[in-house]
Amino acid sequence: MAETLLDIRGLKTWFATDDGLVRAVDGVDLHIDRGETLGVVGESGCGKTVTARSVLKLIDMPPGRFEDGQILWQGRDLIPLGQDEMDKIRAREIAIIFQEPMTSLNPVYTVGHQIAEVLQQHEKLGARQAMQAAVEMLRLVNIPNPQKRVHDYPHQFSGGMRQRVMIAMAMSCKPRLLIADEPTTALDVTIQAQILELMQEMKDKLGMSMMLITHAMGVVAETCQRVVVMYAGKVVEEAPVEALFGNPRHPYTQGLIRSIPRVDRAAEHKERLEAIPGSVPSLLDPPPGCRFASRCKYAMDICVRGMPPFKEVGPGHRVACVL
Amino acid sequence: MSRQYIIRRLLVAIPSLLGISVVLFCVLALAPGDPFSEIAANPAIPPEVAASLRAKFGLDDPVWLRYLHWLSAMAHGDWGFSFASRINVDTLILQRLPTTLIVIGAAQILAIVVALPVGVLAGTRPYSIFDQVANTLAFIGFSLPTFFTGLLLIMLFSIKLDWLPMVYNAELSSTGWPWLWEQIRQSIMPVMVLGLFQGASLVRYVRSAVLDVVRLDYVTTARSKGIGERRVITRHVVRTALIPVVTLVALQMPIVFSGAIVTEQIFRVPGIGSLLIAAMLANDTPVIMAVTFVFACLVVMFNLIADVLYGWLDPRISYR
Repeated sequence: MAETLLDIRGLKTWFATDDGLVRAVDGVDLHIDRGETLGVVGESGCGKTVTARSVLKLIDMPPGRFEDGQILWQGRDLIPLGQDEMDKIRAREIAIIFQEPMTSLNPVYTVGHQIAEVLQQHEKLGARQAMQAAVEMLRLVNIPNPQKRVHDYPHQFSGGMRQRVMIAMAMSCKPRLLIADEPTTALDVTIQAQILELMQEMKDKLGMSMMLITHAMGVVAETCQRVVVMYAGKVVEEAPVEALFGNPRHPYTQGLIRSIPRVDRAAEHKERLEAIPGSVPSLLDPPPGCRFASRCKYAMDICVRGMPPFKEVGPGHRVACVL
Repeated sequence: MSRQYIIRRLLVAIPSLLGISVVLFCVLALAPGDPFSEIAANPAIPPEVAASLRAKFGLDDPVWLRYLHWLSAMAHGDWGFSFASRINVDTLILQRLPTTLIVIGAAQILAIVVALPVGVLAGTRPYSIFDQVANTLAFIGFSLPTFFTGLLLIMLFSIKLDWLPMVYNAELSSTGWPWLWEQIRQSIMPVMVLGLFQGASLVRYVRSAVLDVVRLDYVTTARSKGIGERRVITRHVVRTALIPVVTLVALQMPIVFSGAIVTEQIFRVPGIGSLLIAAMLANDTPVIMAVTFVFACLVVMFNLIADVLYGWLDPRISYR
């Protein structure tokens, strides 16, 4: 049994809005072991990003609040921690990169300055040393001519290059966990592959763990060891990656996998891509039963009555479905 | 940002100033009355003398000829002669300008010193009690015109309580500390009225600029770096939020000057604004022309300053 780094138990992150309470994350359990890459998948609005930001407590409060649950980081609950305690964990132990490289960097500071800022804060480096270290970080993420580029502003970089800068910034304090929130969604397909490869390389070099949030099943298949499937603020299935793709148990997971475009088949037969009908239910007043029931072709009476409990269907493979 | 750019902008300013001066001159020429209308009405002065005086100053020449006369005199540094005060216009303006600059400068500093922290605090805690109080006060502040608040303050502090002088005295007899004390006492009300009025609208600009920036992605990135909330706000939020605010302040300076005309009138501050009003009442055309032209120069200058500051604060903008 590998050592558990992050253990989220029954996390509920809710938001107070004018229309009522939005239960964006409603009882999520997941854990990440040392050295592994966990994929978190699900469609837009399923609570992936809120879960990720909850770990670093980057949720605006109010309107957000932690209703219940624990976020155990190496056995220590992060939820009750104050701002100062959290700041010692941010970037130094857990780093995060975001979906939009175009807007995630401050336009008025040079990239070098923004990387150096982290190093000055956590490694207590002087301004000159930090800048030198920033050059090294840029070199590490394969930015050509880092000595010169370190003095450039974000708008002088392309999207892919900015995401490299974000990775360099996140890696600069050698964190133990990297949370990547859809890191390649906003990039060109060819750049996506490069960025994923770079992250994989960094992960191996620094021996860290990774939480990869995405809605691209192909990315999950390539990079992750384990996968958590989220739907409407809850985890519906959790499995090792081979089990998930080989034997998906939840109807939602099956739908997700079937909706992966197959270029070869589409070219030959002009097959229509299979989509999951309907859309994610409102998280304002979720029904008591299984949240996927309204879109599920196997739905039965008992599905609407109560949330199906998790059951173990294989080694490390759990699913919240009565089937 | 290069020196070349600034020089080019200054060169471009010349034609626009020329254009402004043509318009000003024509409008003044169209206005009824001139400095000698009083002389003409005075029965003690023989009509021949009045006519020869008019001829001497070229008042009956066509407008374009008078304009060219004015222009060549200006080019030689001759701003004209004030018929009402019987001294040169440039001496007159230089006498009045420092008082205006001190009052306006102090008022602007007051406005910025008050508005910046209040706006940032309100913007980072939207809809909190502090934000609501600040917003309400700001709303009251810029809804009340300066001539009203000015009179109110005079009523209260000069007439009822007799704490502060009612009239601004530019030639104080005392020196040293007593002089400074008197200077402060007589400046408080005009500076407060002008500064708080400016500050009130500035608070709202700062607040909305901060609100815009605070929800941007890179602020979340900054928070994820664990650099402390204080640094996140000062380095990442305020720094970017100030870009539009700084340019706005610079662009508003001409409006501040025209607002000062009213304030100077209320508190009898002998500045350039009250000079303009007096010159208008006395039909003192050269002074009106000179003062309005000074205002025009200020508008052009602050526009340039705004552009330069914008390029300096925002690296995404480069001027070539």
